[in-house]
Amino acid sequence: MELIEAIILAVLAASTPLLIAATGELVTERSGVLNLGVEGMMIVGAACGFAGAWLTGSVFVGALFGIVAGTMMSLIFALMALGLAVNQVATGLALTILGVGLSGLIGAGFVGERITPAVHLAVPGLTDIPLVGRVLFGEDAFVYFSIALVIGVWWFLYRTRAGLILRACGDNHVSAHALGYPVLRIRTFAVMFGGACAGLAGAYLPLAYTPFFIPGMTAGRGWIALALVVFSSWRPGRLVIGAYLFGAVTILQLHAQGWGIGIPSQFMSALPYLATVIVLVLLSRARSGGSTAPAALGTVFVPDR
Amino acid sequence: MRKSLLALATGLLLAGSVSAASPADKLKVGFIYLGPIGDLGWTYQHDLARQALVKELGDQIETTYLENVPEGPDAERSIEQLVRAGNKLIFTTSFGYMDPTLKVAKKYPNVHFEHATGYKRNPNMSTYSAKWWQGRYIQGLIAAKMSKSGVLGYIGSFPIPEVVSGINATMLAAQTIKPDIKVKIIWANTWFDPGKEADAAKALIDQGADVIMQHTDSPAAMQIASERGKLAFGQDSEMIKFGPKTQLTSILDTWGPYYIERVKAELAGTWKSQDSWGGLDSHMFAMAPYTNMPDDVKKMAEDAQAAIIAGKLHPFKCPIVGQDGKPVECKGGDHLDDGQILGMNFYVKGIDDKLPGK
Repeated sequence: MELIEAIILAVLAASTPLLIAATGELVTERSGVLNLGVEGMMIVGAACGFAGAWLTGSVFVGALFGIVAGTMMSLIFALMALGLAVNQVATGLALTILGVGLSGLIGAGFVGERITPAVHLAVPGLTDIPLVGRVLFGEDAFVYFSIALVIGVWWFLYRTRAGLILRACGDNHVSAHALGYPVLRIRTFAVMFGGACAGLAGAYLPLAYTPFFIPGMTAGRGWIALALVVFSSWRPGRLVIGAYLFGAVTILQLHAQGWGIGIPSQFMSALPYLATVIVLVLLSRARSGGSTAPAALGTVFVPDR
Repeated sequence: MRKSLLALATGLLLAGSVSAASPADKLKVGFIYLGPIGDLGWTYQHDLARQALVKELGDQIETTYLENVPEGPDAERSIEQLVRAGNKLIFTTSFGYMDPTLKVAKKYPNVHFEHATGYKRNPNMSTYSAKWWQGRYIQGLIAAKMSKSGVLGYIGSFPIPEVVSGINATMLAAQTIKPDIKVKIIWANTWFDPGKEADAAKALIDQGADVIMQHTDSPAAMQIASERGKLAFGQDSEMIKFGPKTQLTSILDTWGPYYIERVKAELAGTWKSQDSWGGLDSHMFAMAPYTNMPDDVKKMAEDAQAAIIAGKLHPFKCPIVGQDGKPVECKGGDHLDDGQILGMNFYVKGIDDKLPGK
């Protein structure tokens, strides 16, 4: 019983940064912009998030620092890719390189420092319920926020007029423009939202997951978040499945190794990727045929004035 | 592609910032680092050694380093860049730089190279490494004494001989204290991913391990053990900051004396290609202070350390029985010879797990 609870808690923690970053990127891509700089925005968010928490002693302020840092990074992208209509793939890759370097610079003074990590919630009576108590009421606030975030994004995309307009920009920016919508402004907001989420996801690592800062600590999670968006066919619901599945298989394969079930560890390490890709591909095949990618994804749009 | 772009970018950036004009008579010494110098582990220790070198011989040499250089073919460009910048002695500090270093070494016979932890040499390319398994043996003794559950948790990076020999040394030592001690091994399949290392530590503790050992580079496992009130050993560097009541000791890479010795040889014109495999006796690594343990355990650890230094205790003393129950051939007299340890690809008896790929 206790072991199952421990595993679920570990899965939630491992999946949360992926879910937050991927949700942000999903909105960005739904508006028609491909920002490959998630890893770069995340790592800067991690450095600034840690710096904020260390300077003020508050995890909440740290998270805000992370969000602001991620947004600033995404504005660089927006300026290049939207304002100057530079190739989005190249700009995104450059943003990651910039982010890795910048985070090392920002974080250099904080390496080896410690902070008090995000507290785990405690609701009297509820958190003590066996098995489900700590899962439902006893994790850190980031975990529950990430779920609220993805529900909010789903509601926004499919139940609001603004969400419909954003998706229209992603599918056909010429038509959206012709209808009088400010395509570039909408895309800029979508890019900023993606940056804010990536920054928060990055900040989650030093604020809650492993409460210290080390350069390169995102270790490729930004790329996994990007892949999750593609394999979820740009749908928030499947994104949740993908993120938790990835986290679950990651944690379970570690436990399986500890139990010594004798499957080569190299294969076990590849399993989260394999399982997530297979399940999400099967899901998208079962539901709808054909590609569901935003039709204008990654294409440059220069409005004629 | 991302990695090569990264290497190129960092390479250009660093080359731009570090190469300052200097008197031509100073010997230029270059370093290639795997991680950032702030990784608090492997690269951090190499850079501490470089700083010691500058402190000792700073009036005669000038050092340059490139950090975050990915292993593999891309490293070649970075090494060659150091050659072109006029470095006459170049340390390449990770196993994966082996072939690139050799390739560049053959191209520039007048430049001397020092490659860490590899086995390929050239008349102008030396190798150096440390017998960390001596330290692992001491850790095994401590772990067996301190474990209440009788289950040790071991986070491995990759199932290569260096890591496998560490696991075996740990278990051989632990079995001398508690013959039926168990070890749970989780391979992270990475050297550095704090999140994953933390997850592995959590899994080991959740499965009953109460002393955590690691062969990965970040202090994440130490931090988790500290949070859960368990004990742990650091890796590469001093990690006691992350577990003041948790760290028992840590294997500290201390490359400084070696770097100073080799640069002095280069300055004196006596540099020769060689293979150095130093242990506790030659200060290639050191043990962090023994902390968070009773005095008798501490004394036992110190005695074992003294015995290893004096050559009275060899962690791989025969007879050694493999997992299959058969004794391992003893090529080094009363202990395994260096070749057997360098190529170790089997578990000793008592490890209740299967070596990946076997």
